[in-house]
Amino acid sequence: MRCYNRSVLLIALVACSAAFAQGPTYQRGRTPTQEEIRAWDISISPSGMELPPGKGTAKEGANIYAQKCAECHGPTGAEGDFRHGRLVGGKGTLNTTRPIITLGSFWPFATTIWDYINRSMPMYRAGSLSADEVYALTAVLLYRNGIIQENDVIDAKSLPKIQMPNRNGFFPTKPVWKPGTKREFGLYP
Amino acid sequence: MNTNKPDRRRFLKNGVALAGLAVGGMRSGVAQTLGSEAVERHAKVAESYGERTRFETVARLPQAPTPQYQRAGIMLTPLQDSVGIITPSSLHYIATHNHAVPEIDPRQHRVLIHGLVDRSLVFTMEELRCLPSVSRVHFLECANNSTQLLAGDGRKAETVQDTHGKTSCSEWSGVPLSVLLKEAGVQKGAAWVIAEGLDLVKHAQSIPLEKAMDDIIVAYGQNGEALRPEQGYPLRLVTPGFEGLYQVKWLRRIKVVDQPYMNLLETTTYIRPMPDGKAHWFDFELPPKSVITRPSGGQRVPGRGFYEITGLAWSGGGAIQRVEVSTDGGRTWKDARIQEPLHRFAHTRFYFPWTWDGEETVVQSRCTDERGQVQPTLTEFLKTRGVDLNYWKTTKARVGFFNGIQPWKVTREGSVQNALL
Ligand code: HEC
Repeated sequence: MRCYNRSVLLIALVACSAAFAQGPTYQRGRTPTQEEIRAWDISISPSGMELPPGKGTAKEGANIYAQKCAECHGPTGAEGDFRHGRLVGGKGTLNTTRPIITLGSFWPFATTIWDYINRSMPMYRAGSLSADEVYALTAVLLYRNGIIQENDVIDAKSLPKIQMPNRNGFFPTKPVWKPGTKREFGLYP
Repeated sequence: MNTNKPDRRRFLKNGVALAGLAVGGMRSGVAQTLGSEAVERHAKVAESYGERTRFETVARLPQAPTPQYQRAGIMLTPLQDSVGIITPSSLHYIATHNHAVPEIDPRQHRVLIHGLVDRSLVFTMEELRCLPSVSRVHFLECANNSTQLLAGDGRKAETVQDTHGKTSCSEWSGVPLSVLLKEAGVQKGAAWVIAEGLDLVKHAQSIPLEKAMDDIIVAYGQNGEALRPEQGYPLRLVTPGFEGLYQVKWLRRIKVVDQPYMNLLETTTYIRPMPDGKAHWFDFELPPKSVITRPSGGQRVPGRGFYEITGLAWSGGGAIQRVEVSTDGGRTWKDARIQEPLHRFAHTRFYFPWTWDGEETVVQSRCTDERGQVQPTLTEFLKTRGVDLNYWKTTKARVGFFNGIQPWKVTREGSVQNALL
């Protein structure tokens, strides 16, 4: 263990942290390079802020889907069972005892589709798709769920603007958390 | 080391003999046996990593495969045999969505803190071990624990392992997440953190910044040793009181952000659909819950007479303040004794003295947490969801966060059965 103290530095820093609420106190860890952060950071905000350059349409996506996704999710995506995540359909079923929950019928943000395909799919080969391919696959899934047109171009600008059909189906509308709040479990707020 | 062997054996043998004499002396007859004799081969020298005796075989069990859950890869904790509040690491429940457990070399492992911070930072495991640390006792629980009873999946839950086996409790050791965030310097406008693991699908979860600054542990230790691989070795989050999804394993990245990022499992699967088609999301804390572990389904009460009822209570609301037990089918309730010291967001052991008269009856427990939240009956629970029993028996929607009181029926023969449905 190399837990030596840089005591002089530490004294200086303690003095600092009194002045600023949050200063580095322990001087451990190193600063990553911008390239390292870019390589690691796969999180996509609903605002789409981190979406990379690139674009795709449902037309282009259909081919990629057939090659890389259909083996598990079925030829159209509507065949998939619970195990593999059905990708298409379910409109109008949410208030029945057999709700079909898919990205088309349920998900509030289109950016999650991009994030998840890029992060996790195809299963066991995650990270193998180019940005253009992920845009095209997102487009084909949105198209097959009746949310966009076949030739609509999906890119960093258009994707966050897509209004998902069930966007307003969630309670509470704005998630917040405060320590120690008494909550009525199960009830609508 | 080996030279110790004969001495140690002789000592153990003599020790057993002496103990026998002592107890025998207290009783009247020499002929009275103590039930068993120590056999030479058991007195073996301590192994480098110890194992339990061959007489103890209690084990985790896989949750029965069902159309709904077969890809969940869930192993259930045998609560019926638990004593005290700590779940042995070998018996901790596992829920990995059937994805393989990654094997991570701790010397290669790094965790990145970035986003809305003054200084992005990368830590090695060695560097993390240099930072101020804490050890705290906390339960973990899957949001879907004890819902399979109601989900109509074709299998009746019989034992407390079936009904409540997706919760466990450990002492977790590590660095408070607040220490790392302060080192990086959280910027104005930050309100959430995204925690991400190194598993196959890189599970990521949005966590309120206030919680992150409050009591989350970036844990490398569990019950006095390193985390088990299936518990996130070498590094995981422990987010006290929050549902299982927030306990991100194989932690590799913390991104400080302005809003929840709507990762897969906060967008679907773990959202709770309501009968009207709306859904409840971001539930965070698990509700107050308790269950009697002795006597529980599948066990036997050995004849009328004294029997100490015992069980566990826990809540995402903090410490357990009160546990009540009923031994007459819910007509009357009496306070159980709670084992101290009390830990917040931890399994809490309770005890209740009972003298069984040999008649058929139903025993059950209910708890109250430090916020005054009381565990509901099944009927009360369904009311808060605005549904009837038939809905939950037939719906394909996941229930989640079920915390209803668990009744166990004791028959005249002394066998114990699940009496919830
Ligand atoms: C080897 C099988 C396999 C392949 C190939 C595959 N997937 Fe998947 N996919 C899965 C499984 C299994 C899940 C469920 C994962 C989980 O819950 O952790 C899933 C889940 C998904 C989901 C989330 C569904 C939901 O509602 O939860 C999406 C979207 C998705 N896959 C898209 C794709 C796309 C696009 C491709 C092609 C690039 C692809 N998948 C290729 C197996 C596969």
